[in-house]
Amino acid sequence: MEQSQNLSVQKPKAQNPRLRMLKTMLERLLQNKLAVFGGVVTFLLIFTAIFAPWLAPHDPTEQNYSAVLQAPSIEYWFGTDNLGRDIFSRVIYGAQVSLQAGLISVGIALIIGVPVGLISGYYRGFIDEYIIMRMTDAMLSIPALVLALALAAVLGAGLTNAMIAIGLVLTPNFVRLIRGEVLAHREKEYVEAGKASGISDFSIILKHILPNTIAPIMVQATLAIAAAIIVEASLSYLGLGTQPPNPSWGSMLATGQGYLDSAPWIALFPGALIFITVISINLFGDGIRDMLDPKMK
Amino acid sequence: MKNTSEEYQLQVRGLEVGFNNKKNFTQILNGVSFNVQKGETLCIVGESGCGKSLTSLSIMGLLPESGGIRSGEIRFEGQDLTNQSMKEMSKIRGNEISMIFQEPMTSLNPVHTVGKQIAEAVRIHRNVTKKEAYERVVEMFELVGIPSPRERVHNYPHEMSGGMRQRVMIAMALACNPKLLIADEPTTALDVTIQAQILDLLNELKADLDMSIVMITHDLGVVSEMGDQVLVMYAGEVIEYTDSRSLFDNPKHPYTQGLIESIPKLQGKTEELPVIKGSVPNPDEMPSGCRFSTRCAFAKQECFVQSPEEVGTEDHPVRCWMYSGEWQKMTPFEGGESNDNSSSEAVDRQPIRD
Repeated sequence: MEQSQNLSVQKPKAQNPRLRMLKTMLERLLQNKLAVFGGVVTFLLIFTAIFAPWLAPHDPTEQNYSAVLQAPSIEYWFGTDNLGRDIFSRVIYGAQVSLQAGLISVGIALIIGVPVGLISGYYRGFIDEYIIMRMTDAMLSIPALVLALALAAVLGAGLTNAMIAIGLVLTPNFVRLIRGEVLAHREKEYVEAGKASGISDFSIILKHILPNTIAPIMVQATLAIAAAIIVEASLSYLGLGTQPPNPSWGSMLATGQGYLDSAPWIALFPGALIFITVISINLFGDGIRDMLDPKMK
Repeated sequence: MKNTSEEYQLQVRGLEVGFNNKKNFTQILNGVSFNVQKGETLCIVGESGCGKSLTSLSIMGLLPESGGIRSGEIRFEGQDLTNQSMKEMSKIRGNEISMIFQEPMTSLNPVHTVGKQIAEAVRIHRNVTKKEAYERVVEMFELVGIPSPRERVHNYPHEMSGGMRQRVMIAMALACNPKLLIADEPTTALDVTIQAQILDLLNELKADLDMSIVMITHDLGVVSEMGDQVLVMYAGEVIEYTDSRSLFDNPKHPYTQGLIESIPKLQGKTEELPVIKGSVPNPDEMPSGCRFSTRCAFAKQECFVQSPEEVGTEDHPVRCWMYSGEWQKMTPFEGGESNDNSSSEAVDRQPIRD
């Protein structure tokens, strides 16, 4: 009995190491006020997107010709557009589109970029140097929006194709980032020590190098989500993304452009939301970078 | 030399290793040969850039991609390691031959707990469950003297001190009961009291586990503490090879003599420590004669032209003209033939032995 009590005194020290690490990281994140703000707004947006059908007071595609171009009121919080659709409801549903576009296109970029970057950086050689790297150079030399535009035009208009196009455009950034990290880590002594204890290349890449590159990948991914949201909005604005009547912040901006003098609220609210979303995700991403960097105390 | 090949744990013969850069091959190791008997410690001594670490990496089969073994053989229990496939080598690595690295700070992966890393190494070579592997880790931690091992296995590397991390590295290297341990300057990054502890630990473990050790060091203090046999390397060549007692009592090669002279003495008053001037020549600019000739205080004219053979007794071979029959007949060096700065500096040095 006495012994078990002694053990329990030492318990906090011997608790799950992963949990202990997580706790210090979370504490570090909470100290960063801007990151907390970014995180709260981001999660509010995610919440809004998920519960859009319950939160939206109107059907976002329902046209009401008796209430066209109405200014914000109690009935229509953010006003109505040229077809009498409730902007508040459309903005809420638009959050779904934007977050989907952000997450799925970055997911595509990660699924392609991480393995290519890992293998390219670890094995080096001709294919890495002359094919993969030159291909990323070529892709990075074209502005992201222009490339996405070209790809989306080839694939055909629509949200799915827009997401694929954005994902492909974001991929070279991840390949470069991960390759660079791998190049740095493959020379570390713990990799050599791992090889010296007989660990296979596959395990070294997956269990030793990949976990060490997670921090920069996560930071890059959050920033890429913000970029993807902008590109999706741009594509929708240009008519290559979400197709009408489905609401998307980008296409709402395009509609609002024609009514900037008479009904500025049509463009104002989706525009403000793009701004708030992107800045929140960026702030949150910065916070995550600081949280994962053990040198920041 | 006295023994038949089966008695050697490790036998290295005429090892030539170098690097391919663009088109030419820069040779670093030039015919390195040595033997390690079962349960014996061989120390490889030499200054930075003389090929000590390259020798150990060759044995492990861990040469960088641009490096390669041009000729020679490395026999581990009679089996030549130079022509093993990658797969066969990774079965040997960590299992029969293990290695400890110089930097305990960077040799552990910062994102995993130390226990996890060692358990991983154990599970590669032994068919055990995760739990059994962890038990083995705890057992190893106890063996290498890590206090409260059951808690320490859950520590991350950054939560441990340098000495503790080197103990962890030793535990990792020994977890699969290797027959040969290669220690590449295991105490260089540690402070002196910890150095002594780690060396004592290695000596104890060597006796307990009946393994052979190849100890790579530039510290003659470590040699006197650990070494049964000593191999002195200079610029990729073995220049002297004997047991550690005769090396300290009767160093033959001027380089070895210089190394021993430059250790601070406890008795007597020393104004200034003797030094060996200059540094190891660049592999691309090796002198055509004896590789040490440019820094040697005794060098004669022939030394700069022709490389000496291994001479001396079977128990104490040395690569120096001084011990060959021709030394008396050779022309003394006047300083006219070579305008090399380092060589004229070397001539200024007082002879260190009469």
